[in-house]
Amino acid sequence: MTASKEVVISNVHGLHTRPVMKFVDMASQFASEIKVHKGGAEPADADGKSVMQMIILAAEAGTPLRIDAEGEDADQAVEQLVALVESKFGED
Amino acid sequence: MKLSEFIVPEAIIPALESTERDAVLREMVSSLADAGALPREAIDEVVAAIIKREQNGSTGFGKGVAVPHVKHPKVKKMAGTVGRSETGIDFAALDHQPVYSVVLLLSPDNQPQQHLQAMNIIFSSLQKDMFRRFLRQSTTRQAIQELLEEADQGK
Repeated sequence: MTASKEVVISNVHGLHTRPVMKFVDMASQFASEIKVHKGGAEPADADGKSVMQMIILAAEAGTPLRIDAEGEDADQAVEQLVALVESKFGED
Repeated sequence: MKLSEFIVPEAIIPALESTERDAVLREMVSSLADAGALPREAIDEVVAAIIKREQNGSTGFGKGVAVPHVKHPKVKKMAGTVGRSETGIDFAALDHQPVYSVVLLLSPDNQPQQHLQAMNIIFSSLQKDMFRRFLRQSTTRQAIQELLEEADQGK
């Protein structure tokens, strides 16, 4: 099973360490493989379960992301991770 | 962005005297202040902010490296430094292993994009096995500086 959805980073500070940790914590709870594609001027890909790779994305506010999941819980993973990004990771 | 744009060469510490995390953070921030990258009177506040940041979640991401960082209003210009420990530091790292190489980054509180770019370039280097190994073996300020220059040139 695969699932995919786009979402835009909306918290002011972008994908800095704390949001990355929250994202990776959540992604790691799913059996599915999770890939994050950063769109915009400098596209890049990261393993959604790797802190280092996610920090290297350096995705700032306004950057479009595509979250891809492959595995038995793909739908649920994408849905919850998109909701996390949309919630601004609990920040401003 | 390049490491040389924010790493202050005079503040690099090839052999940290401190062995405890909080003391290491103070030693590195003081070194940046000594190099003129931060007002001396801001040291206490900035160190406290970094410690608080570490308590919220360790920046010891594993593989013997830690990247303590903070955005703080007393920081007027982004500045970073590198510290090496011979003995290893308990950073409450994610992999529970001691930390031997510390990259510390201070950013102003109103330039999130610049901060993300700096974290990008730091982690791009730190995720390379060779870079981590050479950093751990670099026993002088000059050797560390040369390693950073090579990383900037994409070697």
